[in-house]
Amino acid sequence: MNGFLAVIGRDLRLSLRTGGDALTLVLFFVMIGILVPFAIGPDARLLARLAPGIVWIAAFLAMLLGLDRLFRSDAEDGSLMLLQQAQMPLEAVVGAKVIAHWTLTALPLLCASPILAIVLAMDFPTFVRCLVALLVGTPALVALGAVGAAVTVALRRGGLIAPVLILPLAIPVLIFGVGAIAAGPVPGAADSALLLLAALSVLLVGLCPFAAALALRVSED
Amino acid sequence: MSFETAQKPSWFARLAHPGQFLAWTRPLLIPLALLSAGLFAAGMYLAMFASPEDYQMGDTVRIMYIHVPNAWLSQFVYALMAVSAIGSLVWRHPMADVSMKAAAPLGAVFTALALYTGALWGRPTWGTFWEWDGRMTSTLVLLLIYLGIIALWRAFEDPLRGGRVVAVFTLLGALNIPIIKFSVDWWNTLHQPASVFRPDGPRMPASILTPLLVMTLAFTVLFLTLHLASMRTEIRRRRAVSLERQRAAAQP
Repeated sequence: MNGFLAVIGRDLRLSLRTGGDALTLVLFFVMIGILVPFAIGPDARLLARLAPGIVWIAAFLAMLLGLDRLFRSDAEDGSLMLLQQAQMPLEAVVGAKVIAHWTLTALPLLCASPILAIVLAMDFPTFVRCLVALLVGTPALVALGAVGAAVTVALRRGGLIAPVLILPLAIPVLIFGVGAIAAGPVPGAADSALLLLAALSVLLVGLCPFAAALALRVSED
Repeated sequence: MSFETAQKPSWFARLAHPGQFLAWTRPLLIPLALLSAGLFAAGMYLAMFASPEDYQMGDTVRIMYIHVPNAWLSQFVYALMAVSAIGSLVWRHPMADVSMKAAAPLGAVFTALALYTGALWGRPTWGTFWEWDGRMTSTLVLLLIYLGIIALWRAFEDPLRGGRVVAVFTLLGALNIPIIKFSVDWWNTLHQPASVFRPDGPRMPASILTPLLVMTLAFTVLFLTLHLASMRTEIRRRRAVSLERQRAAAQP
């Protein structure tokens, strides 16, 4: 457990002291939200109807941008190799890195989501649902992204391939994520979507570190 | 790679030897190709001339004889890739690696053909090329996954090293496909109540079922033929690459 916390702490410190990345992601996230009204017009009713989808697309893109640094710098300076030799299983290391990465990329997005709510004319109940859906759904995105980053870590041009690989697999997260926000014609559908999103998130967070660790091991030899 | 065991290697180990594989698949290729050609001839005759028109759809029902086999193969090929991925990860079976790589483009083509023929069929019957129906959407996602896997294969310079990484991703995709299927069905029924589609239509009479089965068999044998040929090509390509490397290393 000590090592687990140490890996989380290391990643957090590294990112905070070199600085800038988390803020850039937030800026990107907010910018997409601000850009969309220019593309579809400033009609508040239309924007409010599209808001859940826009927020999720913005979150998707922001998460994908940050993917590459999950394992890349560690692989380049050799610390990934040291982590592989460590007493702690590699799966746990990946799990810790997923948690750290979620804290660094998804949490700032959640904090910035009120800006999007205002810009996109969401009402308050919708905003709360949106916040909960993002909170529940983003771990699944980070977990899938970890597999994408691990699979492409040996590639010099991995930055482009990882999103292409991950996006189709992440479609269920998008479907249930938007379903959990949008009030559909069927009563209670949003709640069941939220529950399914939570189930998906638990499944992926549990499963993906193993797949990512396997991919890291396999791409070494 | 070396076999230290004194006893005769098992059939499984012999299967793993690329040279042996080339040797025993060589006499298979021509008969398989002839068999698939014969099946196609019979199937096309049954489908185009010997089967009745549909009382509603008319002649367009014949698109089904091409569409359904492709849709079946799009999933069959992924299953084959997943099994090969297990073979590659668990036993480091070199032929599993080759089989996985050779299957990906074939699967992508069959999936694309299933979508294409489906669009052609949908236009006269439903009045639209594309509908965000659950089954069509999940087939489209399957195509995207195929294309991603092909892109991943192409990104690795060394296929021996890349193979097992691709295998991990292929297996993750295989686990994810049921989830995608379920979520897409859920999504569609929420947004659009079932109005255009009956789940699987009326039970088919034998006059339609027989040509369909023959065509499915023909397409499957065609896939097996192409897959074997493609595996042989891949083995030769790898051999050529390693010979090239040896030559380059030998030069001062």
